[in-house]
Amino acid sequence: MSIALENGRRQYDYWLTVYKRTWKGTLISSFLLPMLYLAAMGIGLGSFVDSNGTDALGGVSYLQFIAPGLLASTALQIAVGESTYPVLSGLKWQKFYHSMIATPLRPADVVYGQLTFIAFRVATTCVVFLGIIALFGGLHSALGVLALPVVVLVGMAAAAPVVAFASSLENDSGLAMVFRFGVVPAFLFSGAFFPVSQLPNWIEWLAYLSPLWHGVQLSRDLSLDTVHPWLVLLNIAYLLAWFLVGTKLAVRGFTRKLIS
Amino acid sequence: MRGLKKSYGDFEAVRGIDLDVWRGEAFGFLGPNGAGKSSTMRMIGAVSPTSGGTLRILGMDPATEGPAIRARLGVCPQDDTLDTELSVRENLTIYGRYFGLSRAECRERADELLEFVALTEKAKVKVDELSGGMKRRLTIARSLVSKPDLLLLDEPTTGLDPQARHLLWDKLFRLKQAGVTLIITTHYMDEAEQLCDRLVVMDGGLIAAEGSPAELIRDYSTREVTELRFGPEVMMSDHDALAGKVSDLAERIEVLPDRLLLYTDDGERAVAAVHERGLSPAAVLVRRSTLEDVFLRLTGRTLVD
Repeated sequence: MSIALENGRRQYDYWLTVYKRTWKGTLISSFLLPMLYLAAMGIGLGSFVDSNGTDALGGVSYLQFIAPGLLASTALQIAVGESTYPVLSGLKWQKFYHSMIATPLRPADVVYGQLTFIAFRVATTCVVFLGIIALFGGLHSALGVLALPVVVLVGMAAAAPVVAFASSLENDSGLAMVFRFGVVPAFLFSGAFFPVSQLPNWIEWLAYLSPLWHGVQLSRDLSLDTVHPWLVLLNIAYLLAWFLVGTKLAVRGFTRKLIS
Repeated sequence: MRGLKKSYGDFEAVRGIDLDVWRGEAFGFLGPNGAGKSSTMRMIGAVSPTSGGTLRILGMDPATEGPAIRARLGVCPQDDTLDTELSVRENLTIYGRYFGLSRAECRERADELLEFVALTEKAKVKVDELSGGMKRRLTIARSLVSKPDLLLLDEPTTGLDPQARHLLWDKLFRLKQAGVTLIITTHYMDEAEQLCDRLVVMDGGLIAAEGSPAELIRDYSTREVTELRFGPEVMMSDHDALAGKVSDLAERIEVLPDRLLLYTDDGERAVAAVHERGLSPAAVLVRRSTLEDVFLRLTGRTLVD
């Protein structure tokens, strides 16, 4: 553990440099798109929904209903974006991971460093997004601030298995699948825009399997102040399980690719 | 290393090699592509588990002490694994941090090393904008950031122009003088002759020969080589006939499409004897044997891949 921490510290300058170099380029995808969704759906579609009564949404405005869902979805999308092409680049194209393990760093250290960086990227983006939501009046309860650690956990629950998957690929053709069959359906059907109870039963159950649903549910409960303690534990445990199993698989994948 | 082996699935890249490299020595691995050089280098670099045999690096076992070994190694891999979007200097300072050096130490060493490989003026440039030779020099500088006891160089000068190669050789020679142990793989015989105290020729995953450059030439070739060219009108088939007429003049004769090679200890005498037999080659060259002659004799002239 202490070795992993020390080896994490040794990577700090690297990831800081990467962040300084890339953060401007990520502004549009990180902020602009979720902002557009918030404006179009929360305010545009929202005024239409609200005029028909919002009992099905728990009596809050549509904006307040979707804001935590959008926050969690944004966390997921940033996390997956950082877990796909950058990882393949480190392993296959630029091979900077290979240069890292020619030093005392181990494949596991490289995985932890990469995941920590993703957590940082998700957190910084979501802090700003949460602020914007609050400005729009999208936060029903002050507890909603707690949605921040939750959506970082959502990001990690998605990032770890995607990093593991990316480390198993020989080229980037498999990455499109992650977005097509993972991110997009999760975004649409994990309850960000409507309660999943509106879906046919079998799709509703599929939604419960998605880590994003658990993240959306939890951050919404927090921001609407409708927390059920047992459900909270279940949500957190489920997200943690995705993160931990994914991390283990990612370490195995990196070890296979880097130590051969 | 004793009986060292490496397999990838069914393919045996290294099939059992024994050798010792001494502290302060410059040791070379020569061999055609696919001979097992890079696999051996990766095992020595403690980033590739052995499939058989024993291997000790700096007295340590790579299976259990990989990070401690790598802390004392400098590695210049075959492909430059530089981060192309970072600046030249950042590539050095960030790499030093992986070894646990302080930021101040990293900065100081980066500046020294940039000076050493003549890249000081390029310090702030992105790696993308460097020429191939500059990238190679930067990769070598990066491998030195941790002040390694053992430096692994996998084909350090492949793809470089002659100026860049000679500059690198100078640098490597200075490192050797400073007491750094060097292990080098190369395709270039002149490089091996310049740099290596001792070397092995590998072929098909095994060691075909071992010794100093001079010993290898003595053991596997003759002192001199006489090259006879008979002009473009003489066919390969005629070469075979000509070779028959002079075969007793040399220890060994090699027939090539454009010339005959006579391996002999006295090249001039062979030339005189050729003329005495009434043969009149269009051009004659007497030269010393080189490692290239040894290499081609041991590994053949057939293309490997």
